[in-house]
Amino acid sequence: MSDIRHNAGAAGALAPREYHLAHEPHPENGTSLGFWLYLMSDCLIFAALFATFGVLGRNYAAGPTGKELFDLSLVAINTAFLLLSSITFGFAMLQKQKKNVSGTLTWLAITGVLGLCFLGVELYEFHHLIHQGATPQRSAFLSSFFTLVGTHGLHVTFGLIWLVTLMIQISKHGLIEANVRRINCLSMFWHFLDVVWIGVFTFVYLMGVL
Amino acid sequence: MSAHDLHAGHGDHHDHDDLHVTMGDYVKGFILAVILTVIPFYLVMSGAIEDRATGLVVLGAFAIVQVVVHMVYFLHMNGKIQGGWTMLSTVFTAVFLAIAVAGTLWVMYQMNAHMMPTHESAPAVSQPAAADTAAPAVQAPAASEAAAPAPAEQPAHGAHGSN
Repeated sequence: MSDIRHNAGAAGALAPREYHLAHEPHPENGTSLGFWLYLMSDCLIFAALFATFGVLGRNYAAGPTGKELFDLSLVAINTAFLLLSSITFGFAMLQKQKKNVSGTLTWLAITGVLGLCFLGVELYEFHHLIHQGATPQRSAFLSSFFTLVGTHGLHVTFGLIWLVTLMIQISKHGLIEANVRRINCLSMFWHFLDVVWIGVFTFVYLMGVL
Repeated sequence: MSAHDLHAGHGDHHDHDDLHVTMGDYVKGFILAVILTVIPFYLVMSGAIEDRATGLVVLGAFAIVQVVVHMVYFLHMNGKIQGGWTMLSTVFTAVFLAIAVAGTLWVMYQMNAHMMPTHESAPAVSQPAAADTAAPAVQAPAASEAAAPAPAEQPAHGAHGSN
């Protein structure tokens, strides 16, 4: 609080008194750090869901098992969509760095399409499972499976809504400082979802069929 | 908190983007990620890994390496950004995650090992064994990881009783 300028004593009558800071102090790039802390707290949600799945993942209640239900080639396609969307987001970031608005928008659109493909395949899988009677109510395994994978899918959905919103903002206002900050945050969010998916395909699907 | 650390001036950090990304990083990250994804899928889909314990160790190792690759090449993590606070919060989260997940699994599987024998007479043989494993597991949490697949059979076994 060394910025507060007030002169006690005799000089006080001469200089105007200022009891507050002339400018708000900000740590440099506080938004990125704050958003990172949000992602870390999101990590804790996923940690709880992974732990729940780890405990309940084999409680089939005489119902279908992961080995019977999971179609690994479908999961591999989904993983490919998400991994490709990670690098296309990277290309959007490179275009943003070059201040190229149309290039940024193009790569963001491609990322969005890949995200939609991921969601489409996931919804198809869920629909297929529910159609077979493997609903979340069937067993503790399926409850924890739908909660974990569904929460990830919900994150992707919100990421897509954010992506579309950001594309509208960029096309209207260009790559102004606020939009650069937003795309940096969305980049973290999108890559974070890919990191969570590594845990999902490894411990839910690949371990699930063993 | 000195004025030195703070950015009091408004004008001088407009148009400032501390994030510098390179094509090389993304391409390297993508190639490594593809390799680290394809190998575990191949191992499981081709039937190279059959048992659960091997799967957990091998697939878990690939997953951890891939998470690090994503962190470094896609999320541009290093010890310097945000004055090290990003790294610090990540390390904290990793430690918390490890304690929460490993602790939950350890406690729940230990509980299953102790609870199940009371339902049926068959696992009675394993009761002294379960009591034995409880003590060494305190010294070596890794031992409970290795022992996890064995009690894992029991929930399905005792499912009629508990569900």
